[in-house]
Amino acid sequence: MNIVVCTKQVPDTAATLKVDEQSNVSWGDAPLVINPWDEYAIEEAIRLKEKHGGKVTVLSVGPEQAREALKQAVAMGCDDAILVWDASLDGSDTLATSYILAQAIKKIGSVDVVLFGKQAIDGDTGLIQGGVARRLGWPLLSFVAKIEELDPAAKSIKVNRLLEQGRQAVTSQLPVVISVVKEINEPRYPSFMNIRKASKLQIPVWDSGAISVEAGKVGRANAATKWTRVFPLPARTGSVEIITGDSPQAIASALADKLMAEKII
Amino acid sequence: MDFEFSREHQALRKLVREFAEEEVRPATRQADRTSQPPLDVIKKAAAIGLLGVPFPREYGGLGAGETGYCILMEELGRVDTSVATVIGAHIGIGAMAIYLGGNQHLREKYLPDLCAGKKIAAFALTEAQAGSDAASIKLRATREGDSYILDGSKMWITNGPLASVMAVLAVTDPALGARGGATAFVIETRHNGSPAEGFTPGKYEHKMGLHGSPTSALSFDNFRVPQENVLGQIGLGFVVFMQTLDVGRVSLGAATLGGAQSVLHHALEWAAMREQFGKSIAQNQSIQFMVADMAAEIEALRSLVYRTAWLVDNHKPFIKEAGMCKLLGSEIASRCVDRAGQIYGALGYSRDTDVERSYRDCRITEIFEGTNEIQRILIAEQLFREVGVKIRP
Ligand SMILES: Cc1cc2nc3c(=O)[nH]c(=O)nc-3n(C[C@H](O)[C@H](O)[C@H](O)COP(=O)(O)OP(=O)(O)OC[C@H]3O[C@@H](n4cnc5c(N)ncnc54)[C@H](O)[C@@H]3O)c2cc1C
Ligand SMILES: Cc1cc2nc3c(=O)[nH]c(=O)nc-3n(C[C@H](O)[C@H](O)[C@H](O)COP(=O)(O)OP(=O)(O)OC[C@H]3O[C@@H](n4cnc5c(N)ncnc54)[C@H](O)[C@@H]3O)c2cc1C
Repeated sequence: MNIVVCTKQVPDTAATLKVDEQSNVSWGDAPLVINPWDEYAIEEAIRLKEKHGGKVTVLSVGPEQAREALKQAVAMGCDDAILVWDASLDGSDTLATSYILAQAIKKIGSVDVVLFGKQAIDGDTGLIQGGVARRLGWPLLSFVAKIEELDPAAKSIKVNRLLEQGRQAVTSQLPVVISVVKEINEPRYPSFMNIRKASKLQIPVWDSGAISVEAGKVGRANAATKWTRVFPLPARTGSVEIITGDSPQAIASALADKLMAEKII
Repeated sequence: MDFEFSREHQALRKLVREFAEEEVRPATRQADRTSQPPLDVIKKAAAIGLLGVPFPREYGGLGAGETGYCILMEELGRVDTSVATVIGAHIGIGAMAIYLGGNQHLREKYLPDLCAGKKIAAFALTEAQAGSDAASIKLRATREGDSYILDGSKMWITNGPLASVMAVLAVTDPALGARGGATAFVIETRHNGSPAEGFTPGKYEHKMGLHGSPTSALSFDNFRVPQENVLGQIGLGFVVFMQTLDVGRVSLGAATLGGAQSVLHHALEWAAMREQFGKSIAQNQSIQFMVADMAAEIEALRSLVYRTAWLVDNHKPFIKEAGMCKLLGSEIASRCVDRAGQIYGALGYSRDTDVERSYRDCRITEIFEGTNEIQRILIAEQLFREVGVKIRP
């Protein structure tokens, strides 16, 4: 089994984001981490390898600092890591990034499964997975909550998708692109043995030439989507009211009246 | 001089801290209430390599030395002294006795499984009549062909009810006594979970604290040990056991360092939050003096513990300093929990707080692994030896 898992480095969930007048988003010196949804994809990739053999390569498109996210993935148990970057890729939108990732996956070659988290917590679009699947011409199994069966010899897979309406069982041929939801597993801790391995691992950087990316399709200038304006959400307001009364019954009934008036119950 | 931890030790601390907060902490209260050790937490610790921290890689360890081991104990001690004690008895003295006393064959046979957490270890020295006076042990080991037969009992053994591998000290020659007549063995007390023939673990002791760390008596009746399981030389087991305790005292100091820091942290938070007489109690000088004293003692302890770990890792003499780590660590931790409890007021007397648990958990550190009176005697012995005077026969 040749498994690829893609990850994006994002600001920590605890970071306070600021947006200035020019629509620039910043998060001070808050740490950058693996996109939390991707941890489930990484865990699932490692479990597939442990069950069926083969190897897991973790892939990220991003600047030099994204190396840390790749190391974290190797510390969890991925075998190899590849960083894809050069200055021309800066500012690529989801359309371009899915193209870049698909080109990198083609270069890795004979891949059976590509795994993603369901979305990234910064952009929150969840578009990349579909884009990559389309460009590779492989089926997309999104929002997977369980891999029921995988038969590497027959090149078939059966999964359980978690949808708003319920669960859906889907069977597909390999190779496939999968996006996972958090119900699928519990991501493991990196082991100290793997942390040590990650700290010594030489991570190659593939530039756009290495993966035959056409210059006209990537970068800020060629983005199909434009962020016309970014603004922070208005702060939520709320108030606290302590309900008093002569007896617990009176307090409870006052509370019930208020909840009904607000159409909460 | 360089007071910076190596990158690898920093990475280890980060990993252990995350593990302690996310895995150990949620299990702590339950273990304290039910007196059941959180075995799944120990298994998870093994899976990420934490049970092999001090041992060389050739035996399945991480090769992070005594410094790495102290980091592990400090971070565990910060969250749960019971888990630190289970792991401490397993690695720090149980497996350590095999590492220090065992030949290549015994190390290769036992250490990889202990590092991987497939088996839990214990260190069995104390007996009913032999506490501080460890030399008066009576557990008898009689030669029979190419085996030894153990008869007698041990008491107060951490991990006694869990362990399947134990380092045990027994008398092979009563005429010679501890010096020349006591031999250390590594024994297998459980096979597939059931007690081995001739071995019966006692009931869990009902303790004041450390409820998540099971302690029991052990009894041996016609228990057979192959001769090849002797640790060190026949008759010289006391040396193996004392050397093991010397190393163990450094990491016990590290565990108390973690415990003391955690109660200081709680005390600061509470003092800042609690208002009496119209202001936070932190604004009273008497509270300020308490936290300042706690922090100063903790900082001194930190320097002592990691300098001693450095002495161990660099093969320099460390026995006196190790005794000091245990002595000062346990007393500083006790003073800190006492002050934190005072700052907490009535809340510090409530079972719903970590401070109350720390108060109970901490007390034993002044007693086990050699009481503090014994530490003072050992330190004084070293001090007088340095000026050429022998104070003990
Ligand atoms: C929770 C727990 C876990 C333990 N785990 C282990 C374990 O894993 N393995 C193991 O082998 N043992 C273990 N022990 C036993 C522990 O090491 C002993 O309790 C300790 O060594 C003290 O022995 P004792 O209790 O018999 O006290 P005693 O030796 O009877 O001491 C009583 C008091 O007399 C003092 N005293 C004794 N002799 C002198 C002297 N010469 N000068 C001045 N004062 C003296 C002592 O300091 C102490 O204050 C454990 C005990 C507990 C409570
Ligand atoms: C088992 C138990 C039984 C109890 N029984 C009763 C009872 O029967 N009836 C009853 O009325 N109460 C009872 N109490 C409550 C007890 O009297 C209070 O806990 C005690 O007065 C301390 O108050 P506190 O816990 O709010 O601590 P705080 O007043 O919050 O004190 C916290 C810390 O701040 C310090 N501090 C506060 N103010 C100052 C200051 N100005 N200068 C310096 N230091 C200061 C305190 O000394 C303490 O160290 C009981 C408590 C317990 C635990």
